[in-house]
Amino acid sequence: MEKILHVENLHVTFTTYGGTVQAVRGVDFHLNKGETLAIVGESGCGKSVTSNAIMRLIPDPPGKITNGSILFKGQDLAKFSEKKMRSIRGVDISMIFQDPMTALNPTLTIGTQLMEGLRTHRKVTSEQAKKKAIEMMDLVGISNPEERLKQYPHQFSGGMRQRIVIAIALICEPDLLIADEPTTALDVTIQAQILELFEKIQDTTGVSIILITHDLGVVAKIADRIAVMYAGKIIETGTKREIFYEPQHPYTKGLLNSVPRLDLKEDRLSPIDGTPPDLFSPPQACAFAARCPYAMEVCDKVYPADTELSESHKVSCWLQDKRAKQLLALAPTN
Amino acid sequence: MLKYILKRFMIMLVTLWIIITLTFILMVNVPGSPFNSDQSSNETIKANLEAHYNLDAPYHIQYLNYLKSVATFDFGPSIKQPNQTVNDLLGRGFPISLELGLVTIAVAVISGIILGIIAALRHNGFIDYMAMGFAVLGISIPNFILATLLIQQLAVNLNLLPPATWSSPAHMVMPVLALATGPMAIIARLTRSTMLEVLTQDYIKMARAKGLSPWKIVFKHALRNALMPVVTIMGTLLAGILTGTFVIEQIFAIPGMGKYFVESINQRDYPVIMGTTVFYSAFLILMLFLVDIAYGILDPRIKFHKKGGE
Ligand SMILES: Nc1ncnc2c1ncn2[C@@H]1O[C@H](COP(=O)(O)OP(=O)(O)OP(=O)(O)O)[C@@H](O)[C@H]1O
Ligand code: SF4
Ligand SMILES: [Mg+2]
Repeated sequence: MEKILHVENLHVTFTTYGGTVQAVRGVDFHLNKGETLAIVGESGCGKSVTSNAIMRLIPDPPGKITNGSILFKGQDLAKFSEKKMRSIRGVDISMIFQDPMTALNPTLTIGTQLMEGLRTHRKVTSEQAKKKAIEMMDLVGISNPEERLKQYPHQFSGGMRQRIVIAIALICEPDLLIADEPTTALDVTIQAQILELFEKIQDTTGVSIILITHDLGVVAKIADRIAVMYAGKIIETGTKREIFYEPQHPYTKGLLNSVPRLDLKEDRLSPIDGTPPDLFSPPQACAFAARCPYAMEVCDKVYPADTELSESHKVSCWLQDKRAKQLLALAPTN
Repeated sequence: MLKYILKRFMIMLVTLWIIITLTFILMVNVPGSPFNSDQSSNETIKANLEAHYNLDAPYHIQYLNYLKSVATFDFGPSIKQPNQTVNDLLGRGFPISLELGLVTIAVAVISGIILGIIAALRHNGFIDYMAMGFAVLGISIPNFILATLLIQQLAVNLNLLPPATWSSPAHMVMPVLALATGPMAIIARLTRSTMLEVLTQDYIKMARAKGLSPWKIVFKHALRNALMPVVTIMGTLLAGILTGTFVIEQIFAIPGMGKYFVESINQRDYPVIMGTTVFYSAFLILMLFLVDIAYGILDPRIKFHKKGGE
């Protein structure tokens, strides 16, 4: 399978008055052409920072990509100039934001905002742009597109606006779509419709999707593969089947247990106890150790390397690592 | 839209009526009369004069006369300036005051916005600190002090500009500077802070994610939104500039409406007081109305009328 994106050892920090936040601490993952990868994890674990880093939209200052590479179709975006990056954004890689109520400019018509990207990056006449815009409105399921292009965002409902945001993201036919919690701000019925729209779009355009969410229900519906993120690192990746049926990392298991299940008659969910570590000075070893019910001595001392459980399934946890005992003997005692 | 304008127009008329009434009440209650300072006049002459100008009539008759003069826009002759009607004075003074006011507004708005944008884009940098320091000075120095300073430095010491009157562009520089600095500083600060806020909005991030140039993001996506609060305070600023013209016209001996206005109050020249007050009020009310219209054009969410079903 062709890899469209390969993120390696990505580090992002934010310099604040209180110190340096190590928001992303060595993230590795890849995305194949035409597939949907879901990145899941608790709030603050670095999902948005990772996706913004791919688009090179980290505000600098205070943020900075301090290490790592972002290989998109073989080119390292981390090394691109701002100007070169501008020709990638909206053209090869597009982004969809969480809140459709604030993602559209209230003072510009939908048509202007929809055609803007096209007119910036492609040599098109206003006729062609309009034709394409109407086509996109049709694709995302907005009826009466010609009329509606002249309207302003406040004349649309939340679900409609998210459809428009999706249309804007897709108008230049990108190869990669990053959707940062695209359904979180919507109510449940609309969520389902938007997810169906994603599936439809992928079928028609073949776009690869990175879907960021903390809603495992969403993941179950449309993801092909899943990356679980914790405290700025990816701690387990696998196919949807592997993650849902054979989760190996205690954190992944915890996440899955905190989802309401129809097949279990439990009233209470069991969220994971405790809070994520402070990213000003994150632990050098397993960041989950303080909350992990299985934590061992080695977990506090040495970072667990990735263990490959199958070609697609990787986990970084000492429970899966055969060398845990030997390493513990070598680790310095303090 | 038409219905809205009509409604606003009615409200404007009522406002004007209230102003006329208040002015009248103040006028008859302030001690003194147009003929008091005249040493030579004795009681008989004074009584005759008052009769001539209808000032001996009961208050309610005088009041009705004033209302009539406003309705017909004929304020009659000035008491103190012989052979001049109030309309003559307005016709001569207003174009000059209008010129001073409009140039001031243009200078304040344009330079204030530009300064605000630059400060926001260089947020927390040297230029930002300079611009905002300058803005604080501009806000805190009263225009008459600034006017005096300018005259002393630019006209007297350096001999660069004519110190007074109103006859060429060079004559405009100091009065406009004195009058525009305060509003400009306020606009600059407001533009900066709203611009900074707008730049953190999701739709700006979205515009960046579309691969637009920074120039386009600032001018097409951010500025219009950032200007809305500026338009909101324009009414207050206009009122401030208008009252400022009284003082500035006095200092620079500019023969505008402000001069007649201040003089008429000192001399109890009742028709001129009424005429200038009504004129100033009507003008300000109209400007405030235009500000509202401008706000509606800037922000498509504001509707002047309600369409059924929306
Ligand atoms: N501009 C910034 N300045 C300082 N710290 C930041 C900034 N942006 C993000 N961070 C920090 O980076 C960390 C990761 O944030 P991120 O937004 O990626 O979390 P997330 O996984 O997307 O969470 P959520 O589910 O709440 O969206 C957080 O600890 C956050 O405090
Ligand atoms: S490495 Fe240790 S602490 Fe970390 S998740 Fe695995 S068992 Fe728990
Ligand atoms: Mg986020």
